[in-house]
Amino acid sequence: MTFSPELEAKLEKLMNSYPPGRKKSALIPMLMFTQDEVGSITQELVEEVARRIGIPTVQVDEVVTYYSMLHRKPMGKHHIQVCTNISCLLWNGDELYEHAREKLGIGHKEVTADGMFSLEEVECMGACSWAPAIQVNYDFHHHVTKEKLDQIIDSLRKLR
Amino acid sequence: MLFNDPSPLEVKILTRRLGLPNSASIETNLANGGYKSFEKALEMTQDQIIQEVKDSNLRGRGGAGFPTGMKWGFVPRQSPKPKYIVVNADESEPGTCKDRVLIENDPHLLIEGCLIAAQAVGAKAGYIYVRGEYRYLIGILDKAIGEAYARGYLGKNILGRGVDFDLYTHTGAGAYECGEESALLESLEGKRGQPRIRPPFPAVAGLYQCPTVLNNVETYCAVPSIIEMGGKAWAALGIPKAGGTKLTCLTGHVNRTGVYELPLGFPVEKMINEVGGGIRGGKKMKAFIPGGSSCPVLTGEEAWPLTMDYDSMAKAGTMLGSGGVIIMDEDTDMVKAALRIMHFYAHESCGWCIPCREGTAWLKKLLTRLNEGVGTAKDVDLVGDLADNMLGKTFCPLGDAAALPTASIVRKFRHEFEAKLARAQAAVPGMANNPFAIV
Repeated sequence: MTFSPELEAKLEKLMNSYPPGRKKSALIPMLMFTQDEVGSITQELVEEVARRIGIPTVQVDEVVTYYSMLHRKPMGKHHIQVCTNISCLLWNGDELYEHAREKLGIGHKEVTADGMFSLEEVECMGACSWAPAIQVNYDFHHHVTKEKLDQIIDSLRKLR
Repeated sequence: MLFNDPSPLEVKILTRRLGLPNSASIETNLANGGYKSFEKALEMTQDQIIQEVKDSNLRGRGGAGFPTGMKWGFVPRQSPKPKYIVVNADESEPGTCKDRVLIENDPHLLIEGCLIAAQAVGAKAGYIYVRGEYRYLIGILDKAIGEAYARGYLGKNILGRGVDFDLYTHTGAGAYECGEESALLESLEGKRGQPRIRPPFPAVAGLYQCPTVLNNVETYCAVPSIIEMGGKAWAALGIPKAGGTKLTCLTGHVNRTGVYELPLGFPVEKMINEVGGGIRGGKKMKAFIPGGSSCPVLTGEEAWPLTMDYDSMAKAGTMLGSGGVIIMDEDTDMVKAALRIMHFYAHESCGWCIPCREGTAWLKKLLTRLNEGVGTAKDVDLVGDLADNMLGKTFCPLGDAAALPTASIVRKFRHEFEAKLARAQAAVPGMANNPFAIV
């Protein structure tokens, strides 16, 4: 598998970040960075990462099944993550999540038919003082109301 | 950028550069006292640095509150193995969003803290483990690290003083458990984030089984001001036994939610009413969590007279924790709150040990039923018993973190569970024993 030159440069820097003989440390960052480009953790990607680090594929699978941000299936182009944990719940994060479900017509970890959006009810994302919060891919949005959520989704739709 | 206006009651030590134009750049940092403490530390012996940190009474700001100077003192400096600095930037404790503010606005403060820690124990390399959700902070940190290398504060022969130190960022991928120090190390070695048997502690056998200093972001960020002011002067900012300031995240039902730097020992009432602008809508405070959802919950009446420090909170049967204050007003449904908290721990339990894996799953089932109005008063007792039976029986603190808030909510707000059951069962006869209602 080959990746974009930018990603290859990033992976090279990553592999040089650990002491000799400790290449396995690069595993989780490598999966995160390559997933961003490939879209999900495919079997081909598992084999490629295992080959580059020099470990059996089972050691990659062990990690993929553990971490919640590593996905076997592709998520939407815009992955909407709504926090409903306690501090967001106290500012009606649960109602915001229900609103997102209705608006997008999909449930937890589902993808719209056009592949544009996916939705996930997530645990605390570290935006507790600016609740309720959502993340679209890696971008934070704070103090999100239903109207603000509609605006975010509508403007992303126009981007296509 | 800052997310909330500062409060005039803050004592801005760690956050003093926040709000300056381009506060994350090395130019702003250097023009406002940055790296001066590291230069001072270069003139000090390792024992002197560790003594200042001990004198400061700084305790770990991630939640456990272990004395930092003592932790550094445990590192066997004579060991022939390499020593490492690891930063826990896996900020995941519900209610906590302070490390993000520090890194985003003053990443060089963290780098300087790491440099001083490295100097204290003779470490040549360090890793900043950043939770996966905080990807944008990796960009900010990598830029700052690049600036520090270019100015000779990182790399080989730092400032011509014959000291070497390399610093790297490392992303996690979504796992609360990786905030536990030994699970973080497993993750940093490319494995599932499951805890290790301790002892040995990371100070002796940490990253790659080598001596490792592992602290929270805020802990490292406190070190430059300790070296600058002297440990005793820094301690005097707080109260006896709890030195300095603490970044406090006000969350939940207060008017001015936000992150504020307050001296240790700050009164809860003043924090809520003056810093936080009072309870939203002029309501009463029903419940109070001092430092993240892992702490036992206090009632409003219990919390008002307390002060924000380790001893005051311990005496009240809870913990200062991470500084993630969660405030719930009189309209809060405590059954729903207990369920949401347990939903989190059941999701995040790593599955390694049985009391936690099974305990959190069963507690979530029981609380889901009770929240739907299914069950009897005996089931409320069962929640308390289950939580008690997890306490102290799990491999790492996650089991306690799940059990403590749950046990405290069912004991202090038992009437709410009973009222919810009564309401549901008055509406639907037979609900208590409805086998089809089991979820």
